[in-house]
Amino acid sequence: MAKPIDCNSCNLPATVHLTQIVNGQIKKIDLCENCAKEKGVTDPEGFSLAELLSTAGSSNSETKKVDSPAGQGLVCESCGFSQHNLNKLGRMGCPDCYKTFGSILKPMLTTMHVGTGHCGKFPEFASDRMDMQKKLSQLEKQIAKAIEEERYEDAALCRDQIRQLAEPVTEA
Amino acid sequence: MDLQKLIKGKTELTGKLSKSSPVVISSRIRLARNLSNIPFPGWAKSKQKREVLSKCREVVEGFQPFKGGLFVKMEDLTELEKLILVERHLISKELTQSAEAGAMAVDSRQARVIMINEEDHLRIQVLKSGFNFNRIWKTIDELDSAFEKNLDYSFSPELGYLTACPTNLGTGMRASVMMHLSALVLSNQMEKVIRAVGQLGIAVRGIYGEGSDATGSIFQISNQQTLGESEKEILKRLSNVLKTVIEHEYNAREKLFETERNMIQDKIGRAYGVLKHGYLLNSGEAMNLLSLLRLSVDIGMLETDWRDIIDRLFIENQPAHIQVMADRELEPSERDAKRAEHLRRSLIELPEPDFNKLTF
Repeated sequence: MAKPIDCNSCNLPATVHLTQIVNGQIKKIDLCENCAKEKGVTDPEGFSLAELLSTAGSSNSETKKVDSPAGQGLVCESCGFSQHNLNKLGRMGCPDCYKTFGSILKPMLTTMHVGTGHCGKFPEFASDRMDMQKKLSQLEKQIAKAIEEERYEDAALCRDQIRQLAEPVTEA
Repeated sequence: MDLQKLIKGKTELTGKLSKSSPVVISSRIRLARNLSNIPFPGWAKSKQKREVLSKCREVVEGFQPFKGGLFVKMEDLTELEKLILVERHLISKELTQSAEAGAMAVDSRQARVIMINEEDHLRIQVLKSGFNFNRIWKTIDELDSAFEKNLDYSFSPELGYLTACPTNLGTGMRASVMMHLSALVLSNQMEKVIRAVGQLGIAVRGIYGEGSDATGSIFQISNQQTLGESEKEILKRLSNVLKTVIEHEYNAREKLFETERNMIQDKIGRAYGVLKHGYLLNSGEAMNLLSLLRLSVDIGMLETDWRDIIDRLFIENQPAHIQVMADRELEPSERDAKRAEHLRRSLIELPEPDFNKLTF
């Protein structure tokens, strides 16, 4: 049998092994039962891997590599909100933070709410506008490509479609 | 801000527009909404918050029901004015601290209230007296949809409306009732009730929300979970729990009069005496005495018209309201005198509670 892995925090044999994929990077941590309890790994609400990694990193220089240079874990690209802020405030910085911190949030949502998926009202107009914007940018790309390939008839067709799409919006 | 207009106006919660009802004083629904691509107020820069304010202001002021109402920025209000708004349950304490680009809009009935740059960019609220979720939902749903025509809400198909705090995700909806549970308090059963409904994902708080105590036996009961159920499902589940609580309160009332008639008659009689003849009353004591009068109305000992007046006095009893009435800042002891005077005058025609008219 292979030698058991040492706890990242205290070097006793590790019995709790965590793997999380954050921003496409695999992050692993191994802890003994006592350290796992102490750091709240068994309690999904109080648990955040990046926080664990940063504290484990302080006693084990090898794990420091997977941590960010600032030692604060993830940072939202849109608004600069860090995981440290999240832990301190318990709130998000901006709507995009839900993508950035999605993996940390998921286990918390199960204890916080009835379900993890939205079943309620949909913002009708906003969704329409978002769909429209997607369609418009697709058509614009198609036009650029058609012109590049000298398919001018196709480009004209796309342009007509854009005009049709844009009409009801300008009227409103 | 014209405070007198706000205080003297016919409003939803002060018993001048709609009739009060037993046990449930009022119901409210609020929706948390945010604009896309702008950080939430707690993390946004001043410029971004001002952008949110001007975008929302334009949309809110363009909506018919708000045209006869009031739009105020927090930075333009005095501390006393802010307190008046909190005491009337129009805004939260958190908004009063949002000096930078925090604002409130209210319609003329004081039934639709918008908070801008509180915890979320927009907090839309509708409140009505009595137990009334279906009508409130219809009103707030229309209001929200009308705003949404001109505002880009931040929304994800999986997580719903994206809010500053993950506890509001999904529907962003918090529905609550203000309940007067006097018999459950008198018979020491409230703790049991709070624990039982807590297990069903329903929260019980004091009259002024989180962290406030339950003076006057008034409690705010609301859903805690916002994600994983539709708005209608949440309202149905909450309503079922509330109906059970109301039933328990009625049972407790009957039982109190069966087993401890002298004790309850004595309490009501003393409340009547002190409110009509007292000269110093602090707000906690006044609330508790008014609570006993409200109970007397509910069980037939006083005419129902008095309940509207009592509900109004619950609000006018608060420190800021007393100071506006006096037209100057008052020391706490001066306030107690002014409060007692206001109660004596308001209740001058109040007849003695008639214990022979007791009906459940």
